Amino acid sequence: MVSAIHILNASDIGNDHLELIARRVQETFATTTDISDRPFNLSRAYDSSRGQYNSTVLLAELLNSSPPAENKLIAVVDVDLYIPVLTFVFGEAQLNGRAAVVSVQRLSNEFYGLPQDEKTTFRRLEKEIVHELGHTFGLFHCRRYDCVMRSSTYVEEIDLKGVEPCESCRTALKGVRWNPS
Amino acid sequence: MNSAISILIVDDEKIVRDSLSKWFREDGYTVGSAEDAASALRQMQAKKWDILLLDIKMPGVDGIELQQRIKEIDPNATIIFITAHASVDTAVQALKSGAFDYVTKPVDPDYLSHLISNAVRQRVLANENLKLKEQISEFSKADEIIGESPCMQKVYELIRTVASTDTTVMIRGESGTGKELIARAIHSNSSRRYFPIVPVNCGAMPEGLLESELFGHERGAFTGAQYRRKGKLELADGGTLFLDEVGNIDMKTQMDLLRVIETKQFTRLGGNDVIKVDFRIICATNKDLEKAVAEGSFREDLYYRINVFSIFIPPLRERKGDIPVLANFFVKKYARTMGRQISSISADAMDALVRHDWPGNVRELENAIERAMVVGKPPAIRGEDLPFQLLERRTVPASGSLAAMERTHIAATLEQNHWNISRSAEILQIDRVTLYNKIEKYGLKKP
Repeated sequence: MVSAIHILNASDIGNDHLELIARRVQETFATTTDISDRPFNLSRAYDSSRGQYNSTVLLAELLNSSPPAENKLIAVVDVDLYIPVLTFVFGEAQLNGRAAVVSVQRLSNEFYGLPQDEKTTFRRLEKEIVHELGHTFGLFHCRRYDCVMRSSTYVEEIDLKGVEPCESCRTALKGVRWNPS
Repeated sequence: MNSAISILIVDDEKIVRDSLSKWFREDGYTVGSAEDAASALRQMQAKKWDILLLDIKMPGVDGIELQQRIKEIDPNATIIFITAHASVDTAVQALKSGAFDYVTKPVDPDYLSHLISNAVRQRVLANENLKLKEQISEFSKADEIIGESPCMQKVYELIRTVASTDTTVMIRGESGTGKELIARAIHSNSSRRYFPIVPVNCGAMPEGLLESELFGHERGAFTGAQYRRKGKLELADGGTLFLDEVGNIDMKTQMDLLRVIETKQFTRLGGNDVIKVDFRIICATNKDLEKAVAEGSFREDLYYRINVFSIFIPPLRERKGDIPVLANFFVKKYARTMGRQISSISADAMDALVRHDWPGNVRELENAIERAMVVGKPPAIRGEDLPFQLLERRTVPASGSLAAMERTHIAATLEQNHWNISRSAEILQIDRVTLYNKIEKYGLKKP
């Protein structure tokens, strides 16, 4: 059986951690998930002048490498992501589309010269995965400070928001017509 | 909801357009993109864009030049420049030419997010400001100037012509023709409309008082000046000073006023501080100023200063076609304010109104209608409700004695008011005892 949301782990995060996040995803989007760590080529997205990976190129790669039967896909990577006009992004998703990508790199305290805090990183990753998947379900950024769909451009902002969509985002989600194969 | 705000991204690099579009769409904005200036301008013609992100370096027309063209189409558009080539010169040039801000690619997402939030906030405030100004315009709109006659059409044309300028205006016309209304209409349609129009009735004040009223005074400037007081000149700063009955100003104040008009500065009475003011002057008079100049009672230099653009309001008797329109307007006005159910004027009453010469002009007509609204009964004003109707029917001996005229007038008033002594005495402005005495004196009898 093919799950509705496929999580592709291309990072050092253990699958056991991702299992916990997958449960949250199932609950939020009322659907099934599965996790794999099949090889995923990141090199095409690499920009040597910036030392970062173009997340838009990664999304295209992700779609090319995935069978169409996988309804929605989210890749978890541990490289620094960017889109050309911005210095970095935590992740990127196709609005109302199939694919999303999230990086652990800037979610970790170590990146900012602070002691590693795995729990914090886990919580941030959980929120960002739900957030990017929310975009693939057509959700926009939300103004509510505690909604997972609130835009975060600063890592501490991720800590402030909740892990779940607010009431109005939930209502919007219920209105989404989606029939996974 | 952000979708109310639209953002147009103008950049020759597709990847930049795409990534920014995606970024803003996730925030719920309405997003468009253009690869060059021509495409951007086409989109500007087709739709109003709130915020425009312009790449400075583009082939053909660059961002700076494009901004100028955009401002010609929509002067209120918020423009943010984005460029890969940061230089202080370009940044300064961009901001000097009216851009909201300037960012260098790649931009920090947090910074871009705040920048756009600020731009949106400014845009919302600007729109709100515009709406409030429109509302103020509605509130501050001068009372309706009524009149459809060709001569009033000419007056409207003159108002339209002069309102947008800062020219001094002289309004001439008989008493009661509505000179202040015209002054207010000019002010309401001028760029000074968000500042006050300050009327000064120069004819109603004695010499020293007018001076103090115009210039204000310092504490102790004269006996009774216990506090510092701002004058009308100061209050009119930014707006319009309306000098009504300007022909009645005494010679000394004329000289002081001329100085203020020329220098736009003055000192309060008893003060030393020079106060700078900026106002437009509109004057009105029913006097023959040219004659006053010839006779030496009005300064010639002041006359030329204030008589730059002249508007003449014809007396009501010369535009009788306006009487029904005006009368109906006043009926509606007083029906509303008095809460009366009178909504029209009977044919005989209207005929009487049109036949009358109205020496007191529109003011007299308004007073007549107001009175008729008090004494009349719903649903319409009748001939007998009008104050002058009976007088007009009676033949008053033109060469009669004063006593004969008084007798006729008293008789007409009594008849008109069904011999109601109190009301008749009130209209004649005498007390009831005097009226009884006169009735007896002239042998008047109740029919």
